[in-house]
Amino acid sequence: MSHPAEHAEHRHPGTGTYLAIAAVLFIITIVEVGVFYVPAFKPVLAPALLTLSAVKFSLVVMFYMHLKFDSPLFRVIFTLPLLLALGVGIALMFLFGAFGLRH
Amino acid sequence: MTHAAAPASGHYTSTGLDNKKLAFWAFIGSECLLFGSLISTYLVYKGHSVRGPTPHEILNIPVTSVSTFDLLMSSLAMVLALAAVSRGDKIWARVWLGMTALLGLVFLSFQFYEFSSFVREGLTIKTNLFGSTFFTLTGTHGAHVAVGVLWLLTLLVRSFQGKLGPEKALNVEIAGLYWHFVDVVWIVIFTVVYLIQ
Repeated sequence: MSHPAEHAEHRHPGTGTYLAIAAVLFIITIVEVGVFYVPAFKPVLAPALLTLSAVKFSLVVMFYMHLKFDSPLFRVIFTLPLLLALGVGIALMFLFGAFGLRH
Repeated sequence: MTHAAAPASGHYTSTGLDNKKLAFWAFIGSECLLFGSLISTYLVYKGHSVRGPTPHEILNIPVTSVSTFDLLMSSLAMVLALAAVSRGDKIWARVWLGMTALLGLVFLSFQFYEFSSFVREGLTIKTNLFGSTFFTLTGTHGAHVAVGVLWLLTLLVRSFQGKLGPEKALNVEIAGLYWHFVDVVWIVIFTVVYLIQ
């Protein structure tokens, strides 16, 4: 049987991948702040920022939390409550008229 | 039933996965619901404050952008710490664990600066709906960061005691899962609270 640390090393990406992900996260954050300050993006501000945020979220979860490389069971245990939280949030916003549909 | 496999810890389990890691993912799932409810509450009450200060009057985007970058880089330091512990590199494990904790402390300092400047400008948790939901959400996140910093410092002390070898990599990985989760929650908060005003 191989050493536990070897298992971990084989499952996880290398330093180069971690640095590349950090660079992408940094660039996306700059783009987010840029989009916030440029008036031309005002009509698409919310969808653009939510998309960029979702990309950052996915990159950290998949590569830094190793969900892309770990057991699918971990993916299920994380994704189901995440979707439930998202669904509850959207339902609450509908209920409280946040989308302007109450009246 | 399929054959049980040995997880990284060496213990045999029916899932073939380490029970500690499985339980911690379940905990993170429950944390999704906690932060989901806090973020939803913020969004539901957004724009319903009858008096100021309002988000666009008080939120400091340049400062928060720097603290967001700080937290993102702490996640990089955390994965590098895990990689160093896994390969038995004690020196770099200490460097990256210490760096992660330090970046966490810097983030908390930014938050302390932000909170104290808001209070000076007249926004407290009791001022209006924005104040109540904002301080509850970001304060709960800040408390999670503080717990993470203490956890990282504990690992750093264990490393200096010579008790954080490759066989303990799973403990560092679980601490890392917590730290990265705190980071992804901030990614959402930064967008939803600060940028989409």
